[in-house]
Amino acid sequence: MSATDLTAVGKEVPGRGGLPRDQRRVRRQNPWRWLPIAPATVLLLLFLAGPIAYCAYIAFTDMQLTGQAEASFVGFENFTKAFGDENFRNSVLLTLVFTLISSILGQNTLGLVLASLMARSTKAIRSITGAVVISAWVLPEIVAGFLLYTFFSKEGTLNEILAWLHLPSQNWLFTLPIIAVSFANVWRGTAFSMLVYSAALSEIPKEVTESAEVDGAGSWQRLWHITLPMIRRSIGTNLMLNTLQTLSVFGLIWAMTRGGPGGRSETLPIFMYDQAFNKSLIGYGTAVALLLLVVGALFSVVYLRLMREEV
Amino acid sequence: MAAVSRTPDTTKASGVAVPRRRPVRPGSSLSRATRQRLAADLGLLVVLGAFVLPLVWLIFASVDTEPSMKVAPPSGLTTENFSNVLTDEITFTPMINSLLLCGSATLMTVTAASLAAYPLSRYKARFSRPYLLTILFSTCLPITAVMVPVYGLFVQVNLIDTMHGTSFFLATSQLPFAVWLMKNFMDGVPIALEEAAWTDGASWLQALTKVILPLMGPGFAVVTVYSFIQMWGNFFVPFMLIISPEQLPASVSIFTFFGNLGSIAFGELAAFSILYSTPVLLLYILIAKRLGGGFTLGGAVKG
Repeated sequence: MSATDLTAVGKEVPGRGGLPRDQRRVRRQNPWRWLPIAPATVLLLLFLAGPIAYCAYIAFTDMQLTGQAEASFVGFENFTKAFGDENFRNSVLLTLVFTLISSILGQNTLGLVLASLMARSTKAIRSITGAVVISAWVLPEIVAGFLLYTFFSKEGTLNEILAWLHLPSQNWLFTLPIIAVSFANVWRGTAFSMLVYSAALSEIPKEVTESAEVDGAGSWQRLWHITLPMIRRSIGTNLMLNTLQTLSVFGLIWAMTRGGPGGRSETLPIFMYDQAFNKSLIGYGTAVALLLLVVGALFSVVYLRLMREEV
Repeated sequence: MAAVSRTPDTTKASGVAVPRRRPVRPGSSLSRATRQRLAADLGLLVVLGAFVLPLVWLIFASVDTEPSMKVAPPSGLTTENFSNVLTDEITFTPMINSLLLCGSATLMTVTAASLAAYPLSRYKARFSRPYLLTILFSTCLPITAVMVPVYGLFVQVNLIDTMHGTSFFLATSQLPFAVWLMKNFMDGVPIALEEAAWTDGASWLQALTKVILPLMGPGFAVVTVYSFIQMWGNFFVPFMLIISPEQLPASVSIFTFFGNLGSIAFGELAAFSILYSTPVLLLYILIAKRLGGGFTLGGAVKG
């Protein structure tokens, strides 16, 4: 999962669709000159559009992993089954909780806080915090999952700290698995928001904040009336990208809890995998995947609208 | 940055953040700036503490003779954890598989992306804007969601459990973003330099490889390294598409340590995790340095 941030990439774009018109050299109007886009287009059609179309097809069949010669068309049965399925509703709810805590409240807010603290702090502390937060982001997903598994486990670091503070400890991965994986996702993903907001904050002209201060605006007023409105496009993009990324988290949760115990951290991607492979219901699992894809597509459309001026 | 004064005259004079003499009212303004900085430092240190603990555990456990699940200074130093995992079966084969898989996929992504970026950046056609919008749209799609149908398709066309099939898919999954990024970097290369090459009779391919790509070196490096890092860390794609144990890349083979969590060898798992993570950390430092500070890549990309 990846996408762009308008603050940085946007700067490279001098105008709509690339080079300014006068610089755009009109060579022979030969359609063959578009040939170079063929390899990318073929790959995208075969390995991305193909599976999506296939997804839309099997979602309406009763395909199973084994033992069935022909899958037959069942209409909306998979979808009606999903909405009546308690486990599905549970996993929609968990996905919402996971997204709300880890993406919207966690990564986004913590990223903004970190970026604004960094703008004021001592250079040494800024560099070392940046390095550590970014390391957590660059580490492979599965390593991050494994590190946070030990951190939250019964004999892990978190309980050790709580015991030292004379606070009650508990088996976090068992009692509050969805909270544990949400914090794990915050640990892993905050760096991106931090980088986006650092770039956005550095583009606010000093004069604006200074003159507000001259006019007697307190720091909260400056944040609310100046900083936030000036970086609102970055906030929109960042929220959108964080949410899309969080919707498709699989490895992190798989490494920490495998969706358990008893499905209490089973977000939609894990549910989809579980139905398709452990329960062999490919058709049903794909229907869930299609729903996930549609939600993702809706978010992408909003993102495109935010980015429209950049293309 | 510089302390901000409440007196209008100094503010007007200062304009940008130039270190300057502190204004009147000694103490109040200066100490306020210092207080703000100290508060910011303190806040960062708290976050740093929380973020660094799992990483400290990783390093301690990898050299500890008796590693446990909590952060603790090693009870005795040892390199045994590393020497135990440095075998063909545990480390070298999965790492080589990762390298083959991600290396070939990165090569495909970067080649296809630079080719596609060229006409998109240089020519104008009615479909280039919709094309780019579609590309941008695909960068956001949750790839996780298509993995079940991809598995189904790969079974039908006999690409399941093959390195080349998996690397085709990995390459495609990074392609939309690579095209988008590459096109934007290419827009930054002035066309005048290319025109010189055209006058000398160079073809578009020569212009691309000899003039444009070298000129957008840092941008090209960013796309390459970023794609590679993303693929190296990808777990779900090889987890779904590769089955034979001897073909598994490091991201999936690490699960053999998890096997049964009761008897897990934490020291060895930590040592393996370090070995597996080091290449991407080094690569990130490489491009972050090249771009003058780690902030540029992050400003441009999403992980």
